[in-house]
Amino acid sequence: MSERLDVRKTYKLVIGGAFVRSESGRAYAVAGADGAFLANAARASRKDVRDAVRAAQAAQPAWAAHSALLRGQVLYRLAEMAEARAVELGDQVARAEGVDAGAARASVARGIDRLVWYAGWADKVGQVLGGANDVAGPFFNFSIPVPVGVVGVVAPADSSFEGLVDALVAPLVTGNAVVVLASEHRPVPAVLLGEMSATADLEAGLVNVLTGRLDELGPVLAAHEAVDGLDLTGATDPAALAALAAHSLTRVLHAGPPATPEGGLRRLRAFVDTTTVWHTVGA
Amino acid sequence: MSSEPNGQELARAGRVSRLGALEYAPAPESAAIVSLADAYGLYIDGHFTDPERHESFSTLNPATAAPLTRVARASAADVDAAVEAARRAAPAWAALPGAERAKYLFRISRIIQERQRELAVLETLDNGKPIRETRDIDVPLAAGHFFYYAGWADKLAFAGFGSDPRPRGVVGQIIPWNFPLLMAAWKLAPALATGNTCVLKPAETTPLSALALADILEQAELPPGVVNIVTGDGATGADLVGHPGIDKVAFTGSTEVGRQIQRRLAARGLPLTLELGGKGANIVFDDAPLDEAIEGIIDGIFFNQGHVCCAGSRLLVHEGIADEVLRRLRRRVDQLRVGDPLDKNTDVGAINSAAQLARIEELVAAGEAEGATRYTSACPLPAAGYWFAPTVFTDVAPAHRIAREEIFGPVLSVMTFRTPEEAVAKANDTTYGLACGVWSEKGSRTLWVAQRLRAGVVWANAYNRFDPASPFGGVRESGFGREGGRHGLEAYLGV
Repeated sequence: MSERLDVRKTYKLVIGGAFVRSESGRAYAVAGADGAFLANAARASRKDVRDAVRAAQAAQPAWAAHSALLRGQVLYRLAEMAEARAVELGDQVARAEGVDAGAARASVARGIDRLVWYAGWADKVGQVLGGANDVAGPFFNFSIPVPVGVVGVVAPADSSFEGLVDALVAPLVTGNAVVVLASEHRPVPAVLLGEMSATADLEAGLVNVLTGRLDELGPVLAAHEAVDGLDLTGATDPAALAALAAHSLTRVLHAGPPATPEGGLRRLRAFVDTTTVWHTVGA
Repeated sequence: MSSEPNGQELARAGRVSRLGALEYAPAPESAAIVSLADAYGLYIDGHFTDPERHESFSTLNPATAAPLTRVARASAADVDAAVEAARRAAPAWAALPGAERAKYLFRISRIIQERQRELAVLETLDNGKPIRETRDIDVPLAAGHFFYYAGWADKLAFAGFGSDPRPRGVVGQIIPWNFPLLMAAWKLAPALATGNTCVLKPAETTPLSALALADILEQAELPPGVVNIVTGDGATGADLVGHPGIDKVAFTGSTEVGRQIQRRLAARGLPLTLELGGKGANIVFDDAPLDEAIEGIIDGIFFNQGHVCCAGSRLLVHEGIADEVLRRLRRRVDQLRVGDPLDKNTDVGAINSAAQLARIEELVAAGEAEGATRYTSACPLPAAGYWFAPTVFTDVAPAHRIAREEIFGPVLSVMTFRTPEEAVAKANDTTYGLACGVWSEKGSRTLWVAQRLRAGVVWANAYNRFDPASPFGGVRESGFGREGGRHGLEAYLGV
């Protein structure tokens, strides 16, 4: 009796809502923490980065224009999708990170809980980060947090799902679109999250996931003029990427804050600007 | 080709007078209240010291181009001494109870109020802006910022940045020449309230009000080293930004220099806030209150000679009212009184420097060369000093340099639109995003437009309003971080 030959999946890129191989036609083999072959993943090119940024740029205004309540519900839906595939996520986290099944399941559970936590922020961020300002004059003056636009995320190298949730979801909640460079050696959970986003009512282009070599893709993402925010949590050379980002005054999060409530709020703040409106008061 | 009659030509031809402007006798503010020393040193560790290399430079009165006095040019060693003084002062200042820090800031605010006439005259002499503005805006707002942030110093745990927010340490602050004292207040007040110590570098052409502020800090008995003021040029600023003893940098100035600073600090991941250039749009709908809108357009671009990062340097006017708005606008432009900044009737003062005047002239020439139609006020200009008459360009295309580049002078570029969507698209067609104005009597439309403008500040039926409680700062290439209000604390807290 022969053992069944497994059906191996090639993990594709997520760009503009489509699952595509790299336009370069390249792929690379991903190994588990034990060194054994895990899967093939697409090896994205510079052009894939540009395509993903363009898709994010196109998708972002409509996402930001949705009601905060709807954004919260869509992200909660993403948590539902992740919960439904928690076993698969746990399996992949265990193999990628080399932790035992119980630890991997716990990590995935924390990540999903974190996602729910962020979803609940959507319609509260304006109240907590904004508000009315008492100016001396006949004005109603108020400040509101506004998304910066497109956020590039260099995903944490080590925490392939739990850490990724923080980096990916925080900018989304406030109305940004995201281009994620997945952990180079542990990319599978990121691609799975990209797949889930496509079934969670997140419009095409809001979540783009690229796999491949960070040294090749990172500089293109950091230097791209349409990237308005950059999360360097997983960068191996954050100084070089931050220097490239300076060209278009990109907002840079140099290192990921801890996965605490205060750390999460710092992430939310990192990729919003404030618009202050002065409206005259008069009869 | 220009088809508009040029105001100056008309005036010379005797065909128009000042278009009904009432004539005023001069009402100059006396400069006697200001007594300037022959030279000023650096303010380090609580006293004025000679710069290490004994180098100095002149600061001019731009209204006459005559030197006012000489100020020290700080070397790298001087910057080092200032940073070291700030480092030594930092632990005790941070450890001081917030209520005690607050009382120093309240004192500073009060002394600014008490010396407001002197400060207004000094600022006008060194900057060239009208006394009416320094007296009514710059100085009162500077006092207001210290008063506002004084009140925060003992309430930081309630500001939304954690229950025990800590200061960054030593902050390096670089300010521009357009609102010298006010920018010093915007930088110092929140930094001190949150328990940081400061090294401030004023602009090369306008150092005097910061040095007067140093005197005020002494009067307030602020502990030595808590604020250090180093005068100099761009090299001094670069020495400050690159100093390893600095924990945070705050810069207000041009987008190009902001870019360089961000690049330079990238490797260290140092906290940075940047308040940079702008190309603000004033959007006037066909239901706008026109009398107020005309005043708002004038104030938006000619306030402070247009040396305002958030200036309303683009006018987007609904095409149905464009002729009427332009007719009234030209009439109002002709009424602006340009001249002696110390005259209390002056509306538009001197351009701050020869270099800035050259920049304005270069862009205006480009506007004419690219085919826009120029209208310049027929007002007489003084013979000495740096001056540029209020100018309005029509027939401006979105691709023209005068529609895209920050002129930082009294030059307005007018374009038209048909629909709110087009107005928003044109307003957002810039790499900047500092401020915009919306003029309409329809509140729902105003808020609809405000939601879609990519700008840090939106004024509805107003322009160029500032308040200590109101966050100010840009989006996109106008920089990041906010000054003013609760938001202004974040830059100075290790959150």
